Amino acid sequence: MTLTATLTDLANPTKFLALTARILPWLAGATAILLAIGLYQSAMAPDDYQQGATVKIMFIHVPNAWLSMFVWGVMSLAALGTLVWRHPLADVAAKAAAPIGAAFTFLALVTGSLWGRPMWGTYWEWDARLTSVLILFLMYLGLMALWRAVEDPSRAARAAAILTLVGAINIPIIKFSVDWWNTLHQPASVLRMGGPTLDKAFLWPLLVMAIAFSLLFITLHLAAMRNEILRRRVRSLQMMQASQKAA
Amino acid sequence: MSALAALIRRDIRIALRVGGGALIGVLFFLTVTVLMPFAVGPDLALLSRLGPAILWLGALLASLLTLDRLFTADHEDGSLDLIVMSRTPLELACAAKALAHWLAAGLPLIIATPVLGLLLNLDSAATLAVALTLLAGTPALTFTGMIGAALAVTLHRGGLLLAVLVLPLSIPVLIFGVAASQAAITGPMSFGTPFSILCALSLVSFVVGPFAAAASLRHGLD
Repeated sequence: MTLTATLTDLANPTKFLALTARILPWLAGATAILLAIGLYQSAMAPDDYQQGATVKIMFIHVPNAWLSMFVWGVMSLAALGTLVWRHPLADVAAKAAAPIGAAFTFLALVTGSLWGRPMWGTYWEWDARLTSVLILFLMYLGLMALWRAVEDPSRAARAAAILTLVGAINIPIIKFSVDWWNTLHQPASVLRMGGPTLDKAFLWPLLVMAIAFSLLFITLHLAAMRNEILRRRVRSLQMMQASQKAA
Repeated sequence: MSALAALIRRDIRIALRVGGGALIGVLFFLTVTVLMPFAVGPDLALLSRLGPAILWLGALLASLLTLDRLFTADHEDGSLDLIVMSRTPLELACAAKALAHWLAAGLPLIIATPVLGLLLNLDSAATLAVALTLLAGTPALTFTGMIGAALAVTLHRGGLLLAVLVLPLSIPVLIFGVAASQAAITGPMSFGTPFSILCALSLVSFVVGPFAAAASLRHGLD
């Protein structure tokens, strides 16, 4: 890709920057308000008769676990945008989403492990869900390694897009295999999480937290995309400066 | 069709002759298996219990390490560009290359399994079960690994990156391969269920692998 082509590609992202500059403060505000409401409701939620106060970890854990998979879905859509429509913003969206998704997955693992300590008596159990989330985390890290291994962003974008789509096909298969493996090796003796059905007193805070975390993801994602666009601009300006000096 | 047959013949010849190095995979498989008793101790009962898992891990790592060769040599001498530009659909060409690679690098692993089974104190039925699961499962390793190999060749990065990308994708194959072997040896589950899922995984990889690898070559080699 030549330098002029890079610069013409930036025409569209300028509109994106202007748009997000207007939206982001509102999004951030809504996220903060919903998070405050959700955290207050979570703190006020009654203790579980079986799990006591530790059930409140759920209000952080479940939204994180949900987003860990949702972000891969967002990246798959962006990957289609890269491969099918060659949209310049799709690359940026996919690249910006990967570290955020990895962070949500990591938080889901940490909160799950902290919840497991009082409930199961151990920080780590080779439970089917924990194991498949751990594999998802490894795949996020692999994707980030791929982004970092290649200097040319558009080349890296196409490779990462293919890997993301292959991962999207494979993640359900891996999940199913791990479930099978788990039932094979240990019978369902561990206390299942969540219990039979959720009481309304737990359901409402959980829903609010889920929406708040989704908004948090959108806010962070848009901000990360802005940063990535600006980073690419800085890079092309630096390259232009360098080539002018050489000329 | 004749172009694909020619491609398969050519790839097998290159792999088996001087400079090909397909058989290094078998040597690696042997070495890893010989290393295991040094790590877990020479207890024959323990080794026969761990046997299927050791053989599967060894085969997984051996097929992963030979994957690097799938596209790199062709990329270096320019024949990969000819394959990409030829009238033969790239997906079919990729499938043919993967098949040739499996015949040259995967099949020898399965042939070597009975010998390694002796070293690990597996009886003949257990060895047969492991060899059968490897026969059904290693094509899936090659065809999913091909995606990683195609990405690695377009990015000019091999080795560790390839391993990190491919290994999580091969977890299902490992799970069902070892499960089927264990089922045949100790029971109580039937051998058929995990074995047919293993075959299904291979069939899925025949579909997904060539398309993803071809897409990655097409997008990456310009």
